[in-house]
Amino acid sequence: MKKCISFGLLLVLVMSLMMFASCAKRPPEPEDYPPDEQPMDIRSGERAEIEAELERQRRLAEEELEGFRDRDLTPEEEAARMEKEMDREAFLESKVYFAFDNSSLTTEAREILLRQARWLKENGDATVIVEGHCDNRGTEEYNLALGSRRAQSVKDFLVNAGVEPSRIVTISYGEERPVVQGDNEDAWSKNRRAEFRLR
Amino acid sequence: MNSRTITLHPVFFLFLLFLVFVYSGKAFANYDYINISDPFHRQVPIAVTVPASLSDDAETGLLAEQTAVILSRSLAFTGYFNLIDARAFLDAPGEQGITAREVNFRNWRDIGAHLLVTGGVRLEGRVLQMEFRLFDPFRQELVFGKRYTGEASDLRRMVLRFSDEMIYRMTGDWGVFNTRIAFVSETENGKAVYISDFDGENVRRITPPDDIVLTPAWCPEGRRIAYTSYAADKPDIYIRSADSGENEVFSNFEGLNITPAWKPDGSGLAATLSFEGDEEIYLLTPEGRVDKRLTNSWGVDVSPSFSPDGKKMAFVSGRAGSPQIYIMNLDTMRTRRLTFEGRYNTQPEWSPRGDRIAYSSMSDGQSDIFVINADGSGLRRLTQDSGRNESPSWSPDGNLIVFSTTREGESNIYVMTAMGGQQRKLIDIPGNQSLPDWSPVTGQ
Repeated sequence: MKKCISFGLLLVLVMSLMMFASCAKRPPEPEDYPPDEQPMDIRSGERAEIEAELERQRRLAEEELEGFRDRDLTPEEEAARMEKEMDREAFLESKVYFAFDNSSLTTEAREILLRQARWLKENGDATVIVEGHCDNRGTEEYNLALGSRRAQSVKDFLVNAGVEPSRIVTISYGEERPVVQGDNEDAWSKNRRAEFRLR
Repeated sequence: MNSRTITLHPVFFLFLLFLVFVYSGKAFANYDYINISDPFHRQVPIAVTVPASLSDDAETGLLAEQTAVILSRSLAFTGYFNLIDARAFLDAPGEQGITAREVNFRNWRDIGAHLLVTGGVRLEGRVLQMEFRLFDPFRQELVFGKRYTGEASDLRRMVLRFSDEMIYRMTGDWGVFNTRIAFVSETENGKAVYISDFDGENVRRITPPDDIVLTPAWCPEGRRIAYTSYAADKPDIYIRSADSGENEVFSNFEGLNITPAWKPDGSGLAATLSFEGDEEIYLLTPEGRVDKRLTNSWGVDVSPSFSPDGKKMAFVSGRAGSPQIYIMNLDTMRTRRLTFEGRYNTQPEWSPRGDRIAYSSMSDGQSDIFVINADGSGLRRLTQDSGRNESPSWSPDGNLIVFSTTREGESNIYVMTAMGGQQRKLIDIPGNQSLPDWSPVTGQ
């Protein structure tokens, strides 16, 4: 996507430069001059200059395109970059779910958190915000505290798995930010969660 | 459930009556009408008549009508009175005379009126003068009379002043007419703190729209509100003036800063903080510095509420595996569990008289308001089969409880008597409302 845009931009740039050059330095029409006074040399000199400039631009553009292609086309690099991007997305999309009025981590949650810890260790400059959320049952005040407990459980696990505590910030939203609206177990179970975002 | 409600030992009850008489400092004859210590007190039948027009101004008649409406509504609001339908009246004192000499007490006794209010309205220029008389038709005497002078625009305030005076004379406590309610309401993209008069009139928003805000709590002088806001993308406690818009950060420790509760003497606040990694209740100075940590148990400790003497604190803890209400003696730091019925008891609110605690209890996805004596006896259910009933908050005279309910689908603010009677909608604005808090009495 990025590549296409860059290429397109370059094309436009080259074309407009060509137009600009030809407009600005348009040679005078031949009939304006007596044949003997036609400034042939200057005109040809100018033209050569323009041609050279255009050629330079073209070459430059082509070189740059080549450059792009060279870098993108290194399969290992491309694959690594893609993988890194996907890992990051997977990290941000991972959610940990909890039982009602409970902040302890299920087996499934622990598996997810081990992956999260691995990513955090591989990306040592990242600071993560762990959000704790609740379903809409129970009361707002208690759920704020419960959301905090859930986020704290996640943080504790990550710290035990070797992530520096200073890289993990917790925040509770209680029942204020449900992902699914509704008063049924399906909605409740999806809302009792911890989420991750990067600072 | 009902079997648990009658628990007052007769001797204890007599003792309570004795306390009322000793501490009221008022001629207790008036308490014959309203005995607030009696859980079974009947509503007093009262006739509120349209005041006489004492000036010729055409507007006077309208003001007199308006006065009768405001007076009737405010008295009905307290739950103390049963307002007799005006169509049953045999006389019209507004036309026949409003003084003891002119009132025909027999005609009021015949329709069962234990109390009668007459009045007069005089408008001179913009100066409004109002007088009220409260009669006892059975004793055939004037209980008391009052005259107020102000501007025409002060009409509501003047009528409410008289209502307040009536309640004070009959119960020994100032009524709720000079109080306000704070609550949270949905805005287009979030929530904001709103306030209204005691009766749901004059609703206005006092925090910016589209924030996340929770648990507004009036300070003891009734001018400022502590609340939690995510204005800085995390839950911090702010204190805002209810009227001037002045707003300051009170507590923004790392992690949670939630459920602020003022000490009754205003000398500090308790709140739940989590900067040490666990959700604990701390006592904070009025400047927002940690004075001391009050709870020390793994798991959630939240929602402090002080006894009126400031010596005890009710709060919610998850220490027993499910949220229950506990009471801490702040002198000895000893804690005992208060609630044993139900698996999810939260939102304790200590009554202004100090004897009881209201809270919400959840089971099967429904929540209900309960009241329990501070010693754990006398559990009483106040709501039933009406969705989620949460966030009880006592009126400062202890006679009413404001709460939120989903009985109409959306969450609304309702009010009821402290015995669970006369449940009615208080705030009529769109969207969901929650977390009401009743202000103390301000400026008498």
